[in-house]
Amino acid sequence: TLRLICTTTAVQRKNVGASGPEKYTEAFIKKQIEEFNLGKRHLANMMGEDPETFTQEDIDRAIAYLFPSGLFDKRARPLMKHPTEIFPEQRKIQWGEDGRPFHFLFYTGKQSYYSLMHETYEKLLNVQKHQDQLIAQDLPLQKEKRNLVGSRWLTKIELEEMLLEKVSDDDYSRFIQLLQKLAALPCADIEEKYIQKFSKEVPVQLQQVIIEPLQHDERGVAFSTGEGKRKTARATAVVYDNGTGKITVNGMDILHYFPVLQDREQLLFPFQFLGRIGKHDMVCTVSGGGRSAQAGAIRLASAKALRSFVTEKEVEFMRQAGLLTVDPRVKERKKPGQEGSRRKFTWKKR
Amino acid sequence: DDKLLTEPLSHPDFFSVKELFTLKDLFDARVHLGHKKGCRHRFMEPYIFGCRLDQDIIDLEQTMQHLQLALNFTAHVAYRGGIILFVSRRRQFCHLVESTARACGEYAHTRYWQGGLLTNARIQFGPGVRLPDLLVFLSTLNNVFEPHVAIRDAAKMNIPTVGVVDTNCNPCLITYPIPGNDDSPAALELYCRLFRMAIIRAKDKRRQSEAVEELR
Repeated sequence: TLRLICTTTAVQRKNVGASGPEKYTEAFIKKQIEEFNLGKRHLANMMGEDPETFTQEDIDRAIAYLFPSGLFDKRARPLMKHPTEIFPEQRKIQWGEDGRPFHFLFYTGKQSYYSLMHETYEKLLNVQKHQDQLIAQDLPLQKEKRNLVGSRWLTKIELEEMLLEKVSDDDYSRFIQLLQKLAALPCADIEEKYIQKFSKEVPVQLQQVIIEPLQHDERGVAFSTGEGKRKTARATAVVYDNGTGKITVNGMDILHYFPVLQDREQLLFPFQFLGRIGKHDMVCTVSGGGRSAQAGAIRLASAKALRSFVTEKEVEFMRQAGLLTVDPRVKERKKPGQEGSRRKFTWKKR
Repeated sequence: DDKLLTEPLSHPDFFSVKELFTLKDLFDARVHLGHKKGCRHRFMEPYIFGCRLDQDIIDLEQTMQHLQLALNFTAHVAYRGGIILFVSRRRQFCHLVESTARACGEYAHTRYWQGGLLTNARIQFGPGVRLPDLLVFLSTLNNVFEPHVAIRDAAKMNIPTVGVVDTNCNPCLITYPIPGNDDSPAALELYCRLFRMAIIRAKDKRRQSEAVEELR
């Protein structure tokens, strides 16, 4: 006996959002590419330029000219780009006309990830078989240490890009464990090429600051230049050897440019630290900022220039004293709902 | 076209599946060995020959008949161009099963089974998916020694199943059970070889018949 099940129309309505993003067929993408190329030639004709040598930048300029838009967000303005940049690279429909899927692991859901695991496991079995053969023939197992210092495995995001599908954290860690197991075997040299596909070189980060050598001007006097900044002030300083301790800023003497004692002290600090007060001349140019900022900028510039005159130990002392570090403090922005950057509006109880 | 489809159905063993294996092959591959008496499932009792030192021995005469029926059915499905999905949740034989499926040109699923694969396929894969026409289980239990979810799902979606049932498995919902060992590598290699040969034979026969039809 069949029981009549009564349902509301709400159940019968299809859940449109659940099917995921729209998948594009290959034919659709090809048509889009043809339309784009045709449109490019039309646009070139309209602008009076040669259709053959019409680059993407010309297209962008032409569109900006023909469709001027005052929208603030650049992504909202009219756009004409190659379809491969617009339609995200995703899997096209996975099965043929008769309905049979192309990939033999299609029904698992994560076909590229599982096929990758399958291949890697196959390589592992190959290496083990090779190892067994060598042991059977009593040959020594060669072990050239693979230099693991300068290389790292692919990150999860890079793996996702390679496979074009989502990879969960567990899956990723399993894959890396399998790769490490494969790489740790003695005869893993056979599959070196396969392992290299998943490892990346890490460039050794040598942030060694190169100290420039002394230059000599026409009179034979050694000099060196340095640049410094503080808040919005930018300064360049040229420090000459065999000097009397004269300092010129923007063509003016420091007594005229910096009337305040504090600023002049800041300028003299690098020389005082190295004990070379009367030995160097300095000519500097500075712009931007205020009184104190300009003084700080010139101090940094002169310290950088003095590095060339001095031993490495003293450079290290200067660095530890904080003479060579750029001061990162800048004016903090004002926030809405507050009067200044930190000060809040007066609180009134009623 | 109709003749291509109806002609194999008139013969009981159109693809001569009986020649693929003998009783001695099954014995050498240790197919008759079951689990211990305590693991025995109630519904497997008809298929068990006896018990020796607490270990169950499966009746190979019955296994021969079931295996012949199952291989015949698989060959017919492959002849008609159906999608065959090999399922096994045993980690040791996952690679073997996947390579067998790839060699046949069919499909395999030896990984974690997501709940709505068969029942919710429209939403998981896309609107126009074609579901498998036959599921072949090389091990009916999953890693927690419980019946695989795919048996129940295939019964829900009216998909016929062929499965190797061991003495601790439930043969109820499987259309063509094959009582036999699912734990030894030798037994599984034998099963993979038999299925592969049956499917390849069926596909070759189909191609030959189509060529013959076109020539006329």
